[in-house]
Amino acid sequence: MTSGFVTLLYKEVLRFWKVSFQTVGAPVLTALLYLMIFSHVLESHVQVNGVPYGAFLIPGLVIMSALQNAFANSSSSLIQSKVTGSVVFVLLPPISYVEFFLAYVVAAMLRGVMVGVGVLAVTIWFAPLTFVAPHWILLFIALGGAIMGTLGMIAGIWADKFDQLAGFQNFLIMPLTMLSGVFYSIHSLPEFWQVVSRFNPVFYMIDGFRFGFFGASDVAPEFSLAVVTASFVLASAATLALLRSGYKLRS
Amino acid sequence: MSVAVSISRVEKCFGALRALAGVSLQVAEGEFFGLLGPNGAGKTTLISCLAGLTRPDSGTLSVMGHDVRSDYRSARRQLGVVPQELVFDPFFSVRETLRIQSGYFGIRNNDDWIDEILANLDLTAKADVNMRRLSGGMKRRVLVAQALVHKPPVLVLDEPTAGVDVELRQGLWQFVRRLNQDGHTVILTTHYLEEAEALCGRIAMLKQGQVVALDTTRNLLARYSGQTLNLRLAGGAASLPDALRARATESDGTCAFHLAGLDELEPLLSALREGHCVIDDLRLTQADLEDVFLGVMQNSGSAHEAAR
Ligand SMILES: Nc1ncnc2c1ncn2[C@@H]1O[C@H](COP(=O)(O)OP(=O)(O)OP(=O)(O)O)[C@@H](O)[C@H]1O
Ligand SMILES: [Mg+2]
Repeated sequence: MTSGFVTLLYKEVLRFWKVSFQTVGAPVLTALLYLMIFSHVLESHVQVNGVPYGAFLIPGLVIMSALQNAFANSSSSLIQSKVTGSVVFVLLPPISYVEFFLAYVVAAMLRGVMVGVGVLAVTIWFAPLTFVAPHWILLFIALGGAIMGTLGMIAGIWADKFDQLAGFQNFLIMPLTMLSGVFYSIHSLPEFWQVVSRFNPVFYMIDGFRFGFFGASDVAPEFSLAVVTASFVLASAATLALLRSGYKLRS
Repeated sequence: MSVAVSISRVEKCFGALRALAGVSLQVAEGEFFGLLGPNGAGKTTLISCLAGLTRPDSGTLSVMGHDVRSDYRSARRQLGVVPQELVFDPFFSVRETLRIQSGYFGIRNNDDWIDEILANLDLTAKADVNMRRLSGGMKRRVLVAQALVHKPPVLVLDEPTAGVDVELRQGLWQFVRRLNQDGHTVILTTHYLEEAEALCGRIAMLKQGQVVALDTTRNLLARYSGQTLNLRLAGGAASLPDALRARATESDGTCAFHLAGLDELEPLLSALREGHCVIDDLRLTQADLEDVFLGVMQNSGSAHEAAR
């Protein structure tokens, strides 16, 4: 790996770290508000898989925030540099498209993990949480962040304007992450929506992630891992193909 | 002398528009080369193809012998490009920008060279200022600095002096001249033709994606040597006899006639007299690159003299 990759990664991390109040702080606050409102309303009524609702909700919020911010990182960085034209600075140097891909995805993953850690740090005090199988926790947040970073790249490359990106975010990423079992177990859904949920890859990221905390989940974590890995391979292949072709970046 | 930049039969279309219609030219190592042409001629597109920012539909380009497509890593290491658009990354200071740009080229600990560039571009005082807080001309200078971080043997400047004040323009040219004397090949596009005339040893003129002139600056000036007669007529250009109007170049109500020599002056004046034209003002000037440029652009309707 040449230092072109290292520098691009460094630059991408520095970019969000310099404004970490908005890029890390804000989503942590949002997640905290979700927790306070939902767990306050539902705590006394609901238990999921034998876990109190507040405790059930926290891992969901952690990974949901991580996923949304991983997406936001690569997509906003790319569209910003496209709109301002500063993308030429990374197109002129001898950086291969694979290095380009890895730098953006790893930076997105890091932002996702940072936000996830932040959310966990502020919410952990509100409910008794266990960490039954930490390796699943790490695996799913890392892979989930990578997938979202990859999708963020696709969106950032495709969109020409900020509102197109917002559309991608509002009509695809938000529904996928919200309707994935962050706030409920899919077993509590009507049959039809259970089936729909099973076609949502984000559901598997969240379900597998939650297994790492409680040792219980809607589907087996190995199966979730298989789905999530396959999704990552697909999304990466698509992104690499886009980058290789120069689509919208090297006209 | 070996070839620094080789461009061969490059074509590029944007939809129905042929931005480059088969451009071929070579720039030798150490040359100071001018790429001229009106707005939309394809200069920036050609530079983008060379830099790998745009992919040509056909044709090949190489920098210091490295193909820009198949051997892009080496080609890009040899090339520094100052883009035409005033772009910057608002997240970083000038020094951070230059350090990061060095890193992209695999260069660490580049501070000595960065300091030297900053000093030469009169940016030392702004080194730790955020890019957002620079004036337009200063941002332009940072773009020049960014193109130089990896000491590229070939430097391409796409209108580097647009929006730059006189003092800095002089300083910039001094710096670029020195780089050229040190062996860097320089390719320059500009709309300030007196700059091109003073700096460039050889010039290519582009029109609608084709090379319409390619020669040394001296030969180009010699080809169009002679004088230009600038006339302001009481009746405007419309009062010219048809035969004369075809020869005239009009701008701002002034009609310019190119004269190969002073012996052409008398016949022209008598033709004017016969046409009953009343002369308000008359000026005779020595031809410069601007006349060459206008002449080439006008006479190259369909004949592409240098296009191969
Ligand atoms: N990305 C693009 N998409 C569509 N058309 C383009 C694109 N880039 C350039 N063109 C067109 O190609 C032609 C050549 O443009 P180019 O920017 O190369 O001109 P130029 O010689 O650099 O002009 P100027 O002196 O104004 O900078 C123009 O007609 C321009 O509109
Ligand atoms: Mg241009």
